[in-house]
Amino acid sequence: MTAELGDLYQEVILEHSKAPRNFRRPAAANHEAEGYNPLCGDRCSVYIEMDGEAIKEIGFQGSGCAISRASASMMTQMVKGKTKAEAAKLFEQFHQLVTGKDEAARADELGKMAVFAGVSKFPARVKCATLAWHTMQSALEHNKKPEPVSTESAREL
Amino acid sequence: MTPAAQPVTRETLTGKHTAVLDLAKIRADFPILDERIHGQRLVYLDNAATSQKPRAVIDAIRHYYEHVNANIHRGVHALSVRATEAHDAARETVRRFLNAADTREIIFVRGATEAINLVAQTFGRVHVGAGDEILITAMEHHSNIVPWQILCAEKGAHLRVAPIDDRGELDLEAFAKLIGARTRLVAVTQVSNALGTVTPLRQMIELAHGRGIPVLVDGAQATPHMAVDVQALDCDFYAFSGHKVYGPTGIGVLYGKQDLLRAMPPYQGGGDMISSVTFEKTTYNDLPYKFEAGTPDICGAIALGAALEYIDRLGMANVAAHEHELLDYATAKVGALPGVQLIGTAPVRAGVLSFVMDSVHPHDLGTILDREGVAIRTGHHCAQPVMDRFKIPATARASFAVYNTREDIDALVDGIRKAHEVFA
Repeated sequence: MTAELGDLYQEVILEHSKAPRNFRRPAAANHEAEGYNPLCGDRCSVYIEMDGEAIKEIGFQGSGCAISRASASMMTQMVKGKTKAEAAKLFEQFHQLVTGKDEAARADELGKMAVFAGVSKFPARVKCATLAWHTMQSALEHNKKPEPVSTESAREL
Repeated sequence: MTPAAQPVTRETLTGKHTAVLDLAKIRADFPILDERIHGQRLVYLDNAATSQKPRAVIDAIRHYYEHVNANIHRGVHALSVRATEAHDAARETVRRFLNAADTREIIFVRGATEAINLVAQTFGRVHVGAGDEILITAMEHHSNIVPWQILCAEKGAHLRVAPIDDRGELDLEAFAKLIGARTRLVAVTQVSNALGTVTPLRQMIELAHGRGIPVLVDGAQATPHMAVDVQALDCDFYAFSGHKVYGPTGIGVLYGKQDLLRAMPPYQGGGDMISSVTFEKTTYNDLPYKFEAGTPDICGAIALGAALEYIDRLGMANVAAHEHELLDYATAKVGALPGVQLIGTAPVRAGVLSFVMDSVHPHDLGTILDREGVAIRTGHHCAQPVMDRFKIPATARASFAVYNTREDIDALVDGIRKAHEVFA
């Protein structure tokens, strides 16, 4: 595997894609959204149990590539217990990381999610990495299931 | 009712032909094949999306703008005459390629998509009404679904879909049953872009004609891989895209039988499609110009002509035989890999190998192959209903052209093995 491929498919990403965490619908979920990438057919549903402003429980389901599954899995671990505003800030930082805009500065704050820095070398895969995040954002904004959020309604460049 | 037409077999496509092509020479005709991709030899297996262009086509484009460029059909000056003659010659080349009876039946459009939309918006607008039906198959590309959905929504008509089986073959009996008293048009692909299935077109056309219903054929995936004879097929419309047959993007062809085309209203209004215009009354031009409003893609048509002449020099039978040999080789090699499932296993296929893997998502496979210099398509291939039929979100698709070799397939197989190692 080339160095760039190794950066993209880091061990922790492969591990999460094979055994995704929080791959379920929490029983008390009161927010949800469905994400769709029409270019590759990937689908991702995110379910959240909000307690006031806090994300008490979060889970996801769907089908997708290794990058999108690992990103969703690690995202659920990262934002659980965070407030809505904190989750939104993390998404912004993650987005900058995977689009290569501010790699070094963001990597610290993103903790484990920094393994996704390699995605920035693969522009065609940015949407895979952000699908779950877009979906989470949509879920945070809606109590009930809204229209599916599409990666094509948000430009990623 | 059993149609008289013989079922399509491999022999119908290639005869008992063995390819006699000089592959090294052919590869040298395509300058882009010298590109290095991530430091690797380019292995281009995304030909169903678009084919690469031979030097003959690239030279035709350059020659046109350096020595010919002028508007057609209106100037008396030398260049305009030159451009008009070259454009007319390209139309004649297309006529020969399809074995159409007359160049008036050859309409230049932007591609197969525009050709189908043209028929939907002209023939469809006149002949399809509330409660009427249009029949397609379950393996159509979105471009042979959505134009009919738009028309049906406008008219209160219904889209009927003939099913396919688990191998990706058309259920001909169900197709026959779906042809009814309200069917106004049958619109079907000749080769599935997602599965490679070659449809039993002659039988389908015979069935439809038995009920007096015209048939449109989407030939976008067929024209690169097999000789097409619209008179022998007896289809009423035939659509294809230039860029999939080694021509440039932005040019394509709609063939239509003259009597049908004559009776159809124009598509777009503008220059070149009229005989005379006053504010009271406009008389439309003759075929094919009635459907070609505005200055056309003159250079594109001429370059398409160059592409079709290039294929003709190689011999379509040779091209087809070579590609079938490649497809057999790829089917055996890829199909034998552990954890690989072929999607689309119809006995007669052309140009396309679609598959999924247990361990690797198509998108991840596409990225890993790309780093090996191997270009394939991953996704739903603009045929989401086909993906739904097989209950998968996406496939990996390798598709072949005349310049591909066994070494290309070997590189694909090596790449698939590497991806499996990473993910297994």
